[in-house]
Amino acid sequence: MNPSEPLSPSDQATAAESAANAGNAGRSRRAFLFKLSLLLNGAVGAVLAVPIMGYLLGPALKKSSNEDSWIRLGPLGDFPEGETRLVNFRNPVTTPWDGQTGDIPCWVRRISGNDFQVFAINCAHLGCPVRWFAQSRLYLCPCHGGAYYEDGSRASGPPERGLFEYDHKIVAGSLMISAGKMPTLASRNCGQPKLTQIQPSSAIAREPFTEPMHSEDAQSRSSSWPA
Amino acid sequence: MASLKKRAVDIYNWFEQRLGLAAPAIEAAEHQIPSNTSSWWYVFGSAATVILVLQVMTGILLALVYAPSANHAWSSLEYLDHNIRLGWFLRAMHGWGSDFMIAVVLIHLMQVFLFGAYKFPRELTWIIGVCLLLLTLGMAFTGQVLRFDQDAYWGLGIGASIVSRVPFVGGALVDLMLGGPIIAGPALSRFFTLHVFVIPGTLLALVGLHLWMVLRLGINDWPMPGRLVNKKTYVQDYHKLTEKTGIPFVPDAVWKDAVFAAAILLAIMACAFWFGPFGPTGQPDPTIIQTAPKPDFAFLWIYAVLAYLPPSLETPVLFIAPVLIIGGMLLLPLVSGEGEKHWSRRPVAVLMVAVIAVTLGAFTSLAMYTPWSPIMNAWTSDPIPLTDLKDRTPLEREGALVLQNKQCRNCHAIGGAGGMRGPALDTVASHMTEDQIIRQVLQGGGNMPAYGNALNPAETTALVHFLLTLRSGNLPPAIDASRKLALTSEPPQAQPQPPVPNYH
Repeated sequence: MNPSEPLSPSDQATAAESAANAGNAGRSRRAFLFKLSLLLNGAVGAVLAVPIMGYLLGPALKKSSNEDSWIRLGPLGDFPEGETRLVNFRNPVTTPWDGQTGDIPCWVRRISGNDFQVFAINCAHLGCPVRWFAQSRLYLCPCHGGAYYEDGSRASGPPERGLFEYDHKIVAGSLMISAGKMPTLASRNCGQPKLTQIQPSSAIAREPFTEPMHSEDAQSRSSSWPA
Repeated sequence: MASLKKRAVDIYNWFEQRLGLAAPAIEAAEHQIPSNTSSWWYVFGSAATVILVLQVMTGILLALVYAPSANHAWSSLEYLDHNIRLGWFLRAMHGWGSDFMIAVVLIHLMQVFLFGAYKFPRELTWIIGVCLLLLTLGMAFTGQVLRFDQDAYWGLGIGASIVSRVPFVGGALVDLMLGGPIIAGPALSRFFTLHVFVIPGTLLALVGLHLWMVLRLGINDWPMPGRLVNKKTYVQDYHKLTEKTGIPFVPDAVWKDAVFAAAILLAIMACAFWFGPFGPTGQPDPTIIQTAPKPDFAFLWIYAVLAYLPPSLETPVLFIAPVLIIGGMLLLPLVSGEGEKHWSRRPVAVLMVAVIAVTLGAFTSLAMYTPWSPIMNAWTSDPIPLTDLKDRTPLEREGALVLQNKQCRNCHAIGGAGGMRGPALDTVASHMTEDQIIRQVLQGGGNMPAYGNALNPAETTALVHFLLTLRSGNLPPAIDASRKLALTSEPPQAQPQPPVPNYH
């Protein structure tokens, strides 16, 4: 587009200095400044994007290791052997304006002695609250009819796996569970869909493909559960 | 008097000299349109815009009182309903306005599709329209979350569970969606931001573009069978048509839009007045698990589809189907931007609309009574019909008790009462033999859990004996055809064939 392009640099320089091209020179200077201003604003925009994206993506970037912590559910005496009970706990991570949404229920099954299973309330299908029916020994979901046996394994319906299970331990005669995050297929499906005893999500996030077991009794029990 | 009029004109001119907006606005309003487009079929777009304005107005008014905090949102809605004068009516208008808006937008989409209005040169108008439909549905979903009750809480749980199925990034997306580890305050704030700032802002901007393009390209001329759209000649032909039959949009055509918009507004007000606001249902306390969450009307069909998808197909369908559907809608005008517009020459288009409408309607109506869900309290409340108990042995009646106590009726109906998850049991003995019933009860199968661990032998015997009496009075009992063969083919010393057991 520039007619002086094919000319040699020295010719170009003289042409630029000529009075006829003075207007062009001014325009090219302004075009350069315009491009420079675009570049400057692009750079400022990129710098501005860092805190904005950091703020926006914060919840997803946060290391999930501190989201699960040990919570006391109550003394062992609260849980009769052979029964399954609904227990509420306050989520370890809440905001002051969470109100009652910070209270999370879970199903505690005391098999016998110190042998426990603690299930999340959320159906493994789409997270609705499952209800325990002691007579038929089933958990039923009101949303789409998912059903689970008393050991949490899938019985029928749309769920693709058993109930989510919290890791638990017994400390000084009290039942403790490791909880803090809503269980979903993403946080709890660690490539081992047959198992219902699952590590807390923090450990899974760090070591995605390790066998998700902590305690010895968990190991011995999980092997005897139906698939 | 004359001086007053002159003064008014002077004031108008003062503003117009500075703003310069009235002249182009009047010109746009009076632009010529083909006279055959002044039709009652062309009123849905403007009606949707009017409802949008209503939604913005009622939304702002509700925001005067609503508290977008997990701790107080529910009680602020109760306060709106009961303590603020006419608060209930504003909530009802906003809720019904949302349902009407979705309906009108869908009808508008269907009309545009059947009239071939998405073809050249209005392809981009259609594409933006598809985005507007998605944004409208986004407003409906986020609005349902702001009605922070039990349905909203567990609806968020369903949303998070769906998002968590996205391969690789599912967990991060759930964190982004909820803004925290659980469904709580941050999640509500996020949906408040989406519902009040992000989506409405985008919606208004795209509606502006949509309208601008309608003005710039002209309203779609009434389709005629055999008049094909050709990119080379269409614009010229359209201008000729407008010159020949043109009428000014205002006032010659706009009165139909105005009348229809007024009728829709009246209908919204009438529904709001007679049916009142939606919810809020129970408070968003996750420890209250005696609830059967359900989404709002517009999403019931998705809720039904999610119940019927087999587990192995669910995740792929959840993420592939929307891409195909939305992608297909966006690409439609680019793929078929020319050719026939009239519905009578586009049987596939008509068939598609019919099939989609029937499908959505069928799934929606299924979701109204959720036959796939167990009825959680059927075993405590529904009686066994007297005819099924009369003249029965003590063992059989014991079996009726087992059936009731073991919550079989949560999924199985007897005498029309009970769940629909499993088949009704009224005639079970006429199509299942004793062996089959025992096997089904103990081992489960199909969609039934196994009850081997929940029943002791005595309970099983009683239950099966009761079930074997259920032949709706006099239907013949089911017979295992191979049984006879198995017995007769046994060695000669086998006993003679036993009679068919009679349980009456």
